[in-house]
Amino acid sequence: MYSAIVFLPLLGAIIAGAISIFGAHERTRPAVTNGHGHRRGRGHGEGENGADEHGHDHEPAAVGSRQAEYITSGFLIISAVLSWIAFFTVGLGDEPTQRYQVFNWFSSGTLSVDWALRIDTLTVVMLVVVNTVSSVVHVYSIGYMSHDPNRPRFFAYLSLFTFAMLSLVTADNLVQLFFGWEGVGLASYLLIGFWYQRPAANAAAIKAFVVNRVGDFGFALGIFAVFVVFNSVEFETIFANAPTIAGTRMQFLSWNVDTMTVICLLLFLGAMGKSAQFLLHTWLPDAMEGPTPVSALIHAATMVTAGVFMVARLSPLFEQAPTALAFVTLIGGTTAFFAATIGLVQNDIKRVIAYSTCSQLGYMFVAMGVGAYSIGMFHLFTHAFFKALLFLGAGSVIHAMSDEQDMRKMGGLRKVIPKTYWMMVIGSLALTGFPLTAGYYSKDAIIEASFVGTNTFAGYAFVMSTAAAMLTAFYSWRLIFMTFHGKPRASAEVMNHAHESPLVMLVPLYVLGLGALFGGMVFYNFFIGTGFEDFWKGAVFFSEENHTLEEMHHIPFWVVWAPTTMMVIGTAIAYWFYMVNTDVPKQLAARNDWLYRFLLNKWYFDELYDFLFVRSLKWLGRFLWKRGDGWLIDGFGPDGVSARVMDTTARIVKLQSGYLYHYAFAMLIGVAFLVTYLMFAA
Amino acid sequence: MVLSAIFFYLFSAVVIASGVMVIGARNPVHSVLFLILAFVNAAGLFVLLGAEFLAMILIVVYVGAVAVLFLFVVMMLDVDFVELRQGFLNYLPVGGLIGIVLLAELLLVVAGWTFAGDTMPTSPAPAGMSNTAALGEILYTKYIYFFQAAGMVLLVAMVGAIVLTLRHRESVKRQSIADQVARTPATAIEVRKVESGKGI
Amino acid sequence: MTMFPDLLPALPEILLAVGALALLMIGVFVGEKSTSLINGLSIALLVVAGIAVIAGPGGGVTFSDAFILDPFARFMKVLALIGSAIAIVMSIGYARARKFERFEYPVLIVIATLGMLMMISANDLIAVYLGLELQSLSLYVIAAINRDSVRSTEAGLKYFVLGALSSGMLLYGASLVYGFTGTTTFAGIASALTAEGASLGLVFGLVFLIAGLAFKISAVPFHMWTPDVYEGAPTPVTAFFAAAPKVAAVALFVRVVVGPFAPITHDWQQILSFLAIASMVLGAFAAIGQRNIKRLMAYSSIGHMGYALVGLAAGSEAGVQGVILYVSIYLAMTVGAFACILSMRRREGMTYEINDLAGLAKTHPVMAFMFAAILFSLAGIPPLAGFFAKFYVFLAAIEAELYVLAVIGVVASVIGAYYYLRIIKIMYFDDPATSFEPMPTELRVVLGVSGAFVLFFIIFAGPLGGAAGLAAQTFFPTG
Repeated sequence: MYSAIVFLPLLGAIIAGAISIFGAHERTRPAVTNGHGHRRGRGHGEGENGADEHGHDHEPAAVGSRQAEYITSGFLIISAVLSWIAFFTVGLGDEPTQRYQVFNWFSSGTLSVDWALRIDTLTVVMLVVVNTVSSVVHVYSIGYMSHDPNRPRFFAYLSLFTFAMLSLVTADNLVQLFFGWEGVGLASYLLIGFWYQRPAANAAAIKAFVVNRVGDFGFALGIFAVFVVFNSVEFETIFANAPTIAGTRMQFLSWNVDTMTVICLLLFLGAMGKSAQFLLHTWLPDAMEGPTPVSALIHAATMVTAGVFMVARLSPLFEQAPTALAFVTLIGGTTAFFAATIGLVQNDIKRVIAYSTCSQLGYMFVAMGVGAYSIGMFHLFTHAFFKALLFLGAGSVIHAMSDEQDMRKMGGLRKVIPKTYWMMVIGSLALTGFPLTAGYYSKDAIIEASFVGTNTFAGYAFVMSTAAAMLTAFYSWRLIFMTFHGKPRASAEVMNHAHESPLVMLVPLYVLGLGALFGGMVFYNFFIGTGFEDFWKGAVFFSEENHTLEEMHHIPFWVVWAPTTMMVIGTAIAYWFYMVNTDVPKQLAARNDWLYRFLLNKWYFDELYDFLFVRSLKWLGRFLWKRGDGWLIDGFGPDGVSARVMDTTARIVKLQSGYLYHYAFAMLIGVAFLVTYLMFAA
Repeated sequence: MVLSAIFFYLFSAVVIASGVMVIGARNPVHSVLFLILAFVNAAGLFVLLGAEFLAMILIVVYVGAVAVLFLFVVMMLDVDFVELRQGFLNYLPVGGLIGIVLLAELLLVVAGWTFAGDTMPTSPAPAGMSNTAALGEILYTKYIYFFQAAGMVLLVAMVGAIVLTLRHRESVKRQSIADQVARTPATAIEVRKVESGKGI
Repeated sequence: MTMFPDLLPALPEILLAVGALALLMIGVFVGEKSTSLINGLSIALLVVAGIAVIAGPGGGVTFSDAFILDPFARFMKVLALIGSAIAIVMSIGYARARKFERFEYPVLIVIATLGMLMMISANDLIAVYLGLELQSLSLYVIAAINRDSVRSTEAGLKYFVLGALSSGMLLYGASLVYGFTGTTTFAGIASALTAEGASLGLVFGLVFLIAGLAFKISAVPFHMWTPDVYEGAPTPVTAFFAAAPKVAAVALFVRVVVGPFAPITHDWQQILSFLAIASMVLGAFAAIGQRNIKRLMAYSSIGHMGYALVGLAAGSEAGVQGVILYVSIYLAMTVGAFACILSMRRREGMTYEINDLAGLAKTHPVMAFMFAAILFSLAGIPPLAGFFAKFYVFLAAIEAELYVLAVIGVVASVIGAYYYLRIIKIMYFDDPATSFEPMPTELRVVLGVSGAFVLFFIIFAGPLGGAAGLAAQTFFPTG
């Protein structure tokens, strides 16, 4: 069953990929008109905004698109159902970790890597998240992408991503984890750049890939370090030996450092890249260039949480490295606050949600950092639902508005697309932590955990995350108010054309809406409530000194209510700003111009990186290219050598004068030389 | 013994001196004449060795035929040796150096000369057999292979000379003996009745 | 004294000699119109001689030790006969097109081949000289056979004069060797050297002897005639020069140095190393500067003879095996290459400019592909035949601890690859020039067989290598 869960998406990806390749051949033939062949305007740039999307002579879709959609979605739904079954079997049963060997991947010296499925509660939680969101996104995409001619390719990528993500979460060793890690990176790259005709999409895809290299480099170093220290990459072995390694020191570069700290920091560097944490976050907002379902699946619900998952998976290691945990807390808290501030002023609907995602991931790391792994996982779980819901809802809005993403050109959509509106509201409620919704349980728990956390930065994280709660509420409701309330700011043409999304897009919203509403309530007990130890069965590790979960229940009253209060304040400000007195934001922005610009330009991180890395590296690259390669290596290497060869050739050719006596003379010289040589050398 | 030694050195010295003069003479005809002198003295050396057949062959073939042919060629071609020598001085240093080096090494070789046991045949011909007969005896038995091969070489030389020089000119009338012999009265004579006063 | 010599080992040679005389008679009496008949009969004669080699006795020494037949001789004779027969085949169309149909041409090739067989079977210094001279004299004439062409005549004359010089060196060396060992037979020389070792004068003689031989395989610095003669001689003649005579000369080289001079291997190893390095390097560099494809092939053959000498310089059984394989493969490659060059014919005449091959891949795709395969093979790209040829000789050199030689060889073959690849680049990537006339059938066959050999060498590398190994064992009876 577990194999089926993991490999069905791969099968789907292969089939859809084959259809895509075959279809590409078919399409090059003329006069293949296909019944459901429509093209979405945005496939070819924004120029067609507002143009009639239906009925013109669109580029025909690839043959078999319909089949590709159904096959991949079908497989994903089967996978999702199986995942839920697995979730309840493992979560409610009492079997500890199971391991299913698929095959031996490779072995070299003492390094032997199996391809195996590690099934424990942590895995099944991720399976449920990944497969549910993925299947929902698949179904949603049938509607959302219905005008795109390259659908089989899209679905192949989606399924490929799902497979990679599943192999990541079921990994039994670090190498397999890394395979999945890079696999999702690849799929993410492909999907961000899905509309490869657009330069922005290509740039974003490359940026995502490159920024992730930084993190992955650290991750890879971490894996090497683990192998050096533990002589194994198997989780079982590593976890069993972690306590014995704790406190030892090792040589890293030229420093003598604490072994576990350096390993965990390196691994966390990977998590920072993948989960778009502070300093390595710049790629995530740009990744919104991809199709919206991709943003929902990859850049909100699943892939970006891989970092969180990895920290949870390796909790036995992190527990031995308090310094690393403190760093995790610091980064998490910073990201939660920092991303939220940027979210305040963004106008692109997807970017707002993207920064929100960034911020929420920060929350999760705060939880990890203070040792409340199960709470972090719980937030991951609930966040997947409501963030996917928000993205898909935003997609629905964009779909309705003929590919308009700027919220300043929206407004008044509540009446036009009511179902989407309500779904978005549910999502926002859950995100802001409205009581009894999913986010309420998980996010508040994180804030509480950070209050009781013991490490250096726990207090900092508490302050930051509480403030971020208010900001979250503000930008969430700002989004709702700007998009759905007030007067329509879009052109009449667009407004006339605006329409509710088809059922195939709404049903996924409903499913996620259910999760966003009740996910927290239902699973609270399992994840972090009283039954948490039965549920997790040691899948996430808690050291003897770690009492965070217990102490959470003994915290001051004001702490319990702080997040909710913050949420209410944030909501109220948003209401004031965008419903009652809409001039206030502008005045505020005008009065604090530099702050506004600072936020609008995302703390100038892109500019900073551009200056620090891009330009300097470009300069270095240019230097190495012109001077290093062109002058030094080419000059003294290939070019120089070939020039010398040509010189020699010219000289040798001159020897061939055509005069007989020259020739004869050459022979005599040769003989004389040989005789002399032999006489005196021998 | 002393007498033969004196003649040996005489002949040898003349051969070498003639050789030098062949190269050094300004007049090409003189060169050829010096070549003839060298041949004659070489024949003398053969006689000293007791190989009188070879000596006579050398006189007859080389002096009598080849060298005279050379003379004809040189005189008819009118080779301008002065022109040929123009580069001589330019190449003299390098050429001279190479020559001196080779000469020095040859001297070294000669200095270390040790005669292999049977290099010098004690008797040029078996007793009771003339020089010519002994050569014939060995040439057609032991050295039949070399003899035949040399024959082939000469054949090729002949064929080559014909191939490269013989030209059949279309316009030239040639005597064909076979045709002449094969003529019969029927083909050669035509009988006509000529009416008087009309001509043919 | 009057014992009749055993003629059976020399049967192929006798066949060729008698056959050549008969063909000459036919030609003389029938006249110029007999050319195609004599062409056919010459090929038949060579084939019959080849059968006589294969079916005849496996070994023997006859003519008072002057003539030897052994597996090595048989192998090389078959190669030489194949090379000569193909040369005649390839000349037919050219001679007809250029209106120089001379019946002496095939006859001279037969006689030259006779000389080659005598060289290959030589077991005496006199036999060496006579065989060599018979072959060379025929070649001088053949080079100049297009007597109305100044270039052809010039080529013949240059070849003749320099050849005479080299023959003189060879004879000088031979006489020195005779003077120091007292015998001209190989067996006698070997035993004399084993008994007394090498004196200075003998080494002196050896150098001159080798100089004469090196001239025949056009090893640097005795190579100077090669480019001029290759360019000047009519193309089928060049094709002949590049193939069979090289086989015979290499065979003779092997026989002389590995046979009688085996006791002083160390001395000639140094000479051969020098010749090999100089040939490989000069062949590689000089060919780059060529615009004329025949000159380029001349330098190519100089370079390839250098590689063959690498194997010989090793002086081991593996080295000799490598040399045998090398010349076999070289023969196949070179006849294929010349089949292509002979096809470079436009309506207005032959062309030899490399740039005229431009775009051949579009106008004559099959020919271009075959030519490209042969050029890759000449450059030594695996898995084509040329790679294995180089591989065997370099391997032998390394086993003999001649590391410098092997390294220089590899570097030279890298440089050499440039000009082969340049031709391929011109054929495949340049804009097509005026198209050539269609290829004559006989050239197609030659090119096809050669291309197939080069491409699928890996299949029959085993049997061929085995045969070469057997041939090489001749000189190393114990090993």
